[in-house]
Amino acid sequence: MAYLSVKEVSKSFGGLTAVGGVSFEVEKGQVVSIIGPNGAGKTTIFNLLTGVYEIDSGTVTFDGKPIHNKPVQDIVGAGIARTFQNIRLFPKMRVLENVLVGMDRKMGYGLLSSVFRTPKFKKAEQEFTQRAIEILGSIGLGDEIHNYAENLPYGAKRKLEIARAMATGAKILLLDEPAAGMNPQESVELMDFISSLKNQGYTLILIEHDMSVVMKISDKIYVIDHGVKIAEGKPAEIANNEAVIRAYLGGSAKDVKSQ
Amino acid sequence: MKKDWLFLMESMLFKHRLLIWGLVAAVVLTLPFWGLSLFVMRTIIMIGVFAMLALGLNLLTGYTSQVSLGHAGFFAIGAYTSAVLMMRFDVHFLVGMLAGAALAGLFGLVLGIPTLRLSGSYLTIVTMGFGEIIRLIIMTWTPVTNGTLGLMSIPRPRFFGTELNLNNHGFYYLMVALVFLVALFCHHLLNSKVGRSFRAIGEDEVAASMMGLQTTELKVLAFVLSAFITGVAGVFYAPLMGFIDHNTFTFDVSILILSIVIVGGMGTLRGMFLGSAILIVFPEMSRFLMDWRFVVYGLLLILMMRFRPNGLLGWQSRLPYPIRGKKKEVKGHGISKRQRSF
Ligand SMILES: Nc1ncnc2c1ncn2[C@@H]1O[C@H](COP(=O)(O)OP(=O)(O)OP(=O)(O)O)[C@@H](O)[C@H]1O
Ligand SMILES: [Mg+2]
Repeated sequence: MAYLSVKEVSKSFGGLTAVGGVSFEVEKGQVVSIIGPNGAGKTTIFNLLTGVYEIDSGTVTFDGKPIHNKPVQDIVGAGIARTFQNIRLFPKMRVLENVLVGMDRKMGYGLLSSVFRTPKFKKAEQEFTQRAIEILGSIGLGDEIHNYAENLPYGAKRKLEIARAMATGAKILLLDEPAAGMNPQESVELMDFISSLKNQGYTLILIEHDMSVVMKISDKIYVIDHGVKIAEGKPAEIANNEAVIRAYLGGSAKDVKSQ
Repeated sequence: MKKDWLFLMESMLFKHRLLIWGLVAAVVLTLPFWGLSLFVMRTIIMIGVFAMLALGLNLLTGYTSQVSLGHAGFFAIGAYTSAVLMMRFDVHFLVGMLAGAALAGLFGLVLGIPTLRLSGSYLTIVTMGFGEIIRLIIMTWTPVTNGTLGLMSIPRPRFFGTELNLNNHGFYYLMVALVFLVALFCHHLLNSKVGRSFRAIGEDEVAASMMGLQTTELKVLAFVLSAFITGVAGVFYAPLMGFIDHNTFTFDVSILILSIVIVGGMGTLRGMFLGSAILIVFPEMSRFLMDWRFVVYGLLLILMMRFRPNGLLGWQSRLPYPIRGKKKEVKGHGISKRQRSF
């Protein structure tokens, strides 16, 4: 059985079916991309996977255990973390603190340890702060750890969201348009970083509009339109898929290939 | 990074922190011997009480962004519980304190749990109702609270056979000890993972839950701790006044506590002291303004909102984040001035 297996999940908002019976699978260590036009239901799929919304029907199985309709905290605990399309950092907290919040669950000291500053508290704070600094260094935010999240430029904010998701100890990272708003140079750097995450053993699910990026780093691509899956396959297969070209790009096969 | 005046000031304060804390301690501990009048000493004690109240509300409002306008209720629970216990059962002040603060905390739990589903103004309205309900209980539960007549001649705390009062400065030193403990508690709490999670929830609850934070439990915890501290202040307040009734704990008191938090600087500890000093002293100093006092008061608040929305002392530190296990030093670091204005 696949590492993450999504079967026939559906979600409606009132009369609108945002996701209508989508199935897909993600193998351990893969980079899987979900693409589709605006309003296709991509972000909604992430919201269903992470427990922000309850699913109307279907199942989500992660590492052999069903996780659908579990509280968000349990899903994070199981090892799934995400970033947001519309950045949701803790703006008035330091870059380092943003990452430390992600580690909160694992710090393992309580209220009394905090108040009495026990050795346990000091050890955990010291250890996890170092770990947070390492994560921030690895994503290129090493010089910004003392800064406040709200002061960061746009691209750095997106990176911080990824760093924060990594800090939760997640095994699967769901990245919702991580390159949006980045300049081409930043976007290339980010893709290199995502590739390096794959090498570190992370499994990644990516929503991305930039086709050149998607084609380069995905092991598998799922195409969603109007809440249903219209195609799946390796990047080369998707690039030549007529249905995809019609639905997603509204152009001819030549347009896609020339990207 | 830009080395602006704030950075310079903070580095100076940090460099000389031992000296500064030493001076503060010396002033605070010797104050009763400076020949100040009893009226001034009493005002200073009131500033301490309201600083404690503000520290309590700040935990909730300044950090988790849950605005309460019912803290006079927790204040009353602390005051009445210990006063009744001391008067009826002759318990020691410290026992009364434990009971009063614990009961206030328990009410924090009782109020916190059902209000979790509410946010923003709805939550605030419920807390307002809570404050009024407590007042109603005080007025009607006559066998215990003595109803609208209030409790008179509340016994003063005794330690080692000595009664603490204004003349022997016992009240002053007791206030100093309590404020110190409460401030230390808040400081430690807020500079730990608990404080970070409170702030994260205050800034973006959904994102916080996505980090695996148990947002529900943490919000209730903030309520309980806030109520507990407010209860402690109430326990101290009752014997200080000697007399309490339902009018001691009106809605105005809740407003005053919240104003202190806002004026001082939400989410800071330093601000609670300045905010309390200003809002306690101002009404005393401005008696000559008579009815115009409240116009001036309102005007000051509006000016504050316009020019210092973060409160008088509500700035973001420009010093590096204190990293544990590293030698402490101040040097330039990456805080840019973008988006900051003073
Ligand atoms: N909470 C909600 N309530 C009502 N409708 C919603 C909600 N969330 C999403 N939708 C609707 O569901 C559909 C899918 O939205 P979704 O955000 O998943 O699209 P998307 O594929 O992520 O699009 P984009 O590329 O623009 O981010 C849209 O029509 C959207 O308006
Ligand atoms: Mg989207």
